[in-house]
Amino acid sequence: MSTMTTEPHQPTDALQHDEHHHAPPAGLKRWLYTTNHKDIGTLYLLFALTMFFIGGAMAMVIRAELFQPGLQLVQADFFNQMTTVHGLIMVFGAVMPAFTGLANWLIPMMIGAPDMALPRMNNWSFWILPFAFTILLLSLFMEGGGPNFGWTFYAPLSTKYSGDSTALFVFSVHIMGISSIMGAINVIVTIFNLRAPGMTWMKMPLFVWTWLITAFLLIAVMPVLAGAVTMVLTDKYFGTSFFDAAGGGDPVLFQHIFWFFGHPEVYIMILPAFGIVSSIVPTFARKPLFGYASMVYATSSIALLSFLVWAHHMFTTGMPVFAELFFMYCTMLIAVPTGVKVFNWVATMWRGAMTFEVPMMFALAFIVLFTIGGFSGLMLAITPADFQYHDTYFVVAHFHYVLVTGAVFSIIAAAYYWLPKWTGHMYDEKLGQWHFWCSLISVNLLFFPMHFVGLAGMPRRIPDYALQFADFNALISIGGFAFGLSQLLFVWLLVKCIRGGDKATAQVWEGAEGLEWQLSSPPPYHSFTTPPEIK
Amino acid sequence: MAKAHRYRCSLLSLLFVEMASAAEMPLNMTQGVTDISQQVYDLHMTIFYICCAIGLVVFGIMFWSILHHRKAKGIQPAQFHESTKVEILWTAIPVVILIVMAIPATKTLIAMEDTTDADVTVLITGSQWKWHYKYLDYPVEYYSLLATPRKQIDNKIAKGENYLLEVDRPLVIPTGKKVRFLTTSDDVIHSWWVPAFAVKKDANPGFINESWAMVNTPGVYRGQCAELCGKDHGFMPVVVIAKEPAEFEQWIRTAAETQAKAKAAEQELLSMNMSMTDAMALGEKTYLGYCAACHQAGGQGLAGAFPALKGSKMATTSSELAAHINIVLHGKAGTAMQAFGKQLTLQEIAAVITYERNAWDNNTGDLVQAAAIHAAKSSGKE
Amino acid sequence: MAAQRTLNHRPLIKKLLLITALMFGFGFALVPLYDVFCDITGINGKTSTMAATADKAVPDTKRQVTIEFLARPNADMPWLFQPQIRKLQVHPGEIQLVYYEAENPTGLTMTGQAVPSVSPGQAALYFNKMECFCFNQQVLTSGQKLLMPLQFYVDPALPEQFSTITLSYTLYDMTKHYPAETVAARVPTGGSDE
Repeated sequence: MSTMTTEPHQPTDALQHDEHHHAPPAGLKRWLYTTNHKDIGTLYLLFALTMFFIGGAMAMVIRAELFQPGLQLVQADFFNQMTTVHGLIMVFGAVMPAFTGLANWLIPMMIGAPDMALPRMNNWSFWILPFAFTILLLSLFMEGGGPNFGWTFYAPLSTKYSGDSTALFVFSVHIMGISSIMGAINVIVTIFNLRAPGMTWMKMPLFVWTWLITAFLLIAVMPVLAGAVTMVLTDKYFGTSFFDAAGGGDPVLFQHIFWFFGHPEVYIMILPAFGIVSSIVPTFARKPLFGYASMVYATSSIALLSFLVWAHHMFTTGMPVFAELFFMYCTMLIAVPTGVKVFNWVATMWRGAMTFEVPMMFALAFIVLFTIGGFSGLMLAITPADFQYHDTYFVVAHFHYVLVTGAVFSIIAAAYYWLPKWTGHMYDEKLGQWHFWCSLISVNLLFFPMHFVGLAGMPRRIPDYALQFADFNALISIGGFAFGLSQLLFVWLLVKCIRGGDKATAQVWEGAEGLEWQLSSPPPYHSFTTPPEIK
Repeated sequence: MAKAHRYRCSLLSLLFVEMASAAEMPLNMTQGVTDISQQVYDLHMTIFYICCAIGLVVFGIMFWSILHHRKAKGIQPAQFHESTKVEILWTAIPVVILIVMAIPATKTLIAMEDTTDADVTVLITGSQWKWHYKYLDYPVEYYSLLATPRKQIDNKIAKGENYLLEVDRPLVIPTGKKVRFLTTSDDVIHSWWVPAFAVKKDANPGFINESWAMVNTPGVYRGQCAELCGKDHGFMPVVVIAKEPAEFEQWIRTAAETQAKAKAAEQELLSMNMSMTDAMALGEKTYLGYCAACHQAGGQGLAGAFPALKGSKMATTSSELAAHINIVLHGKAGTAMQAFGKQLTLQEIAAVITYERNAWDNNTGDLVQAAAIHAAKSSGKE
Repeated sequence: MAAQRTLNHRPLIKKLLLITALMFGFGFALVPLYDVFCDITGINGKTSTMAATADKAVPDTKRQVTIEFLARPNADMPWLFQPQIRKLQVHPGEIQLVYYEAENPTGLTMTGQAVPSVSPGQAALYFNKMECFCFNQQVLTSGQKLLMPLQFYVDPALPEQFSTITLSYTLYDMTKHYPAETVAARVPTGGSDE
C-alpha cells in the first residue's frame, strides 16, 4: 500500500525525516526492492529500451531475409517465429512498458503526489516483466522452436497446429497481462485519490488524462486477452473446442474475442502518445494547448468508440453485409475525434513563437507521420477496398506508421523532453538532432514503400516474394538497417546524459508548464511529500 | 530547418502524384478485370485523394506555421487557446466528408456480397500448403500446388518470371459468367485472394464462405494465400485462367474425360506392378513435390520440427512398413503431417514410400505396389 | 469536483478488481454470447443443433429456392460421404426429405460427426432442420453403408434476395472422442445393405 502513514499521524513530518535520514540503498538491492516511482519508472524505461533492441534485432533478421527474393538466411518456420516474437516484444515489451515507465515517473509529479498510490504493487508490476520475457525468449530455443503463429495467434494454427512453445507463450502473456492490469489499477487509484488539493479534473495535464483513460481501457480488455489465451491453452491441451468446428466451435470466434481486446489495445498504445505530444507542443510554441476540454472529450470518444470497431480486422472472414457496414461506419467515425486532436495541435502551434529543439522535432514528426498512418487507417476502413489491402504490406505500413513514427517517436520525444528533469543534465542537442534526422529519413525509407508493395499485391508474413516486389523490398531493408543503427545514437546520447552534461535548471524549457517543472532537476528522491498549492 | 521541411513536403506530394498516376507500375492497386474490381479501385483512389487533400491542407498550414511562427522571428506568442465554434466546424466537416465517402462504399459492398444467380460454382478448399478446386457443376476436381522448383527458392538456379506465382494446375473459369467461389479449409485458416478480381475470402475449417466474380477479359490472373497458415504460407499461390465460354466448355469437357479415364486407369493399375526403377523415378518426383518441403530433399528433416526419414526406424525396418503406409495415407493428427490418401494416386503413394525406403542409403529393397496401398486404405487407420 | 485527496485506497481498488474480474468473465461469456448472436442472426452459417418444429411450414408455391447439397469428409476421415442429390428446387415452407450416403470402407468401427455450414450465412436462420444426421454422432462398423436422412423446410420468411442456399457438411472422425460404445445406438434408416 501507500508508503504514507495513516491519517492521524503527520505524514509529511515522517517523510521529511526519511529524506534526511536515508538515501536510497545502493547497488542491486536498491533496484530489486524499490517502491519509489522514479526508480520504477527508470526500470520500466530501461527495460523497454532493451526490449526495443531485442525486438529490433528480430526485425533485422526479417529484413535481412527479405532483402532479396529467395530463402537465403533462415528457414520459413524460423522466419514466422521472428515475425511473431518481434510483434509480441514490441507491443508488450517495448511500447507498453515504456509508456508505463513514463506514467510512473511523471504522473505523481504532475499531480503533486509523493508517489504512486500502491508502491509495493508497483515493484511487482515491473519485476514480473523480465521474468515473462525471459520465458518467451527462451521458448525460441525449444525443440520445435518458439511461437510462430503471428502475434495475433489465430486458432486453429495456434491450437491444433502449433508446437509446445505455445504453453510458454500463454504463460508469459498471462504474466504480462497481470503486470499491465496492476499498473493500470495503480494509475487509476493514484489519479483519483492523490491529486494535490485544488487540482480538479479539468486542471490535470493532458498526459495524466490520456493515461487515466488508457488505464481504464487496460482493465477492460487485458482480462479478455487472458480469456482468449486461456481458451487457446485448453483447446490445445485440455480437450475443449472453443475454436474447433469438429467439436461445435468456431475459429472465427477466436478472432472476435482477440480483436475485442486487440482493437482497444492499439488505442492503449497511442493515447499516452497523444498526451506526450500535448505536453511538448505547447512548451515549444510558448502557447497554451488549444482546446484542452475538446482534447479530453476527443480522447474519451476515441476510447469509447474503440470498443465498437474490432471486426474491421475481420472483414474477409465471411461476415454478413450489415455487420460489415456497421464496423465500416464506426471505424470511419473514429477518424473524427482523432482529426480533432491533430487540428488542436496545429492550432496550438499557430501564432506561437516556436523553437525546434529535439523533443519538438520528434513531436512535429509525430503529428505528420502519425496522421499519414491515420490516412492509411481510414483507407483500410473502407470495407470493399480493405478486401484488397487486408493481410498485405499495406496494413504493415499502416500500423508501423502509427506505432513507430507514432508511439515510438512520442516515447523518444518524451525521453528528450524529460531527460533533463530526470537526470539534472541537458542532453547533447547536436547529437539529438543527428539522431532525429537519421531516424526520420531511415524510418520513412523503411515504411513508406511498404504501402506500394502492399498495393501491388505482396501479402504479409511471407519470407519470400515474387520478383516484382524485389526492388522495393531491398530499399525497405536498407531503411530498416539504417533505422536500427540510428537508434544506437540515442543510446550513446542517453549514456552521455546520465553521466553528465550541462546542468539543467528546474524549468529546463522556457515554455514548460506543470508541477514537475517546479521541482529541481533532478527532483528529490521523494518529491511533493507536502502537496503543492494549485492555483 | 525551414528548407528541409519544405523539401520534405514537396517530396511527399511528388510521391503522392506518382502513386496516383501509377496504375500500371507495381506501385498501386490493380484496376483488375471485373466491374467490381474497377469499383474497388475507384473507391481506393477516391479515399486516397481525399486523404491527400486533407493532408495538403493540414500539413500546409502546419508547415506555414513552422516557417513563420518562430521565436527566432521575434514575434510574441498569442495566448488564445479555445474556440467552440472552430471545434464544431472541424468536427462537422470531417463527418460530412466521411458520409460522402461511405455512400459509394456501401453500394459496392452490397454488390460484392450478392452471390445469387451464379452460372458456375467452384468449391475451393485450402490446406497446408495448397488449394483444391472442385467444380460443383462438372465432375472435375484437382489439387493446385506451387510449381516453382525448390532450386529456385534455394537460389541454386535463376528465378523464373512468375516466381512463386505459378502452379501446376490453375483454376479455369469462363469469362462473362458469374462464377461463385465457396471457400473452406481442411486444417487452419487460409485465404483465397485474386487481386485482379478484388476477391479475398478466408477459408475457415468447418465452414464455407461465398464470394463471386464475373471476369471481363480472358487471361491468367495470379494471387496468393492471404492468411498466415504455417511455414509455407508464402508458397501456396492462386492462379486462375479465365477463358471465353466456348473455350471453357471445351476445357472442362476434356478435363472431365481425363479425370474419368485416370480413375478407371487406377483400377487397372491396381493389378499391374511397377518396376523398382519406375517406382523410384515416380517416387522421387512425388517426394520432391509433396514431401521435401518438410522432410528435405536429402531426407534429413528439420530437428525438432519434421522427423528425418533418412535412417529413420520407420523407413528402414520391414516390420514398420504398415505403419509407414498408414502415416502417409492418414497423416498424424495434431502435427503438420497431412493425410495424403486423398491427394495422391495409389501409384504415387506406393512409389513415394518405395522411394523413402530405398533412397539416402535406407536401402531396404522394399518395393511397394499400388495394390498394397489400396488394401491398406480399405483396412482403416490405426 | 473539488480534488479530494485520500489515502484510503481500498474501496477504489475493490471496484477496479471487480471490473477486472467481470471483464475476464465477459471474455468467456463471449463464447455462449457468440452462439446466441449467431442463432439470432445466422451470421456464420451455423444452423441450430436442435430440431425445428413444423409450425412455420406453410408452403409458398409462388416462390422457388434452389438448395445445393455439399459433403466433405475432412482430410483424415476415410469415410465416403456424399449427398444423394446435388441440387433441389423447393418451395419455401415445403417439408423436404433428402439423404446423405456415408460408407466406412475401413476395417474398423468408427464414429463420425457431421458439422453443417450454410451459405449465405444469413440464410442459415431460415433453414429449418426437423431431422438431421448432424444432430448426433454416427457410428459405422467396418464396411457399413448408411443412408442418413435430412428433413427440412425453408422458412417462408426467407428474404427475397436469397434464391440459392448452399448446405455443406464436413464430416469429422470422432472415434477417439466418442468410441462406438458410448454413442447411443442408431437405427440406420433406408438401404443399409446397398
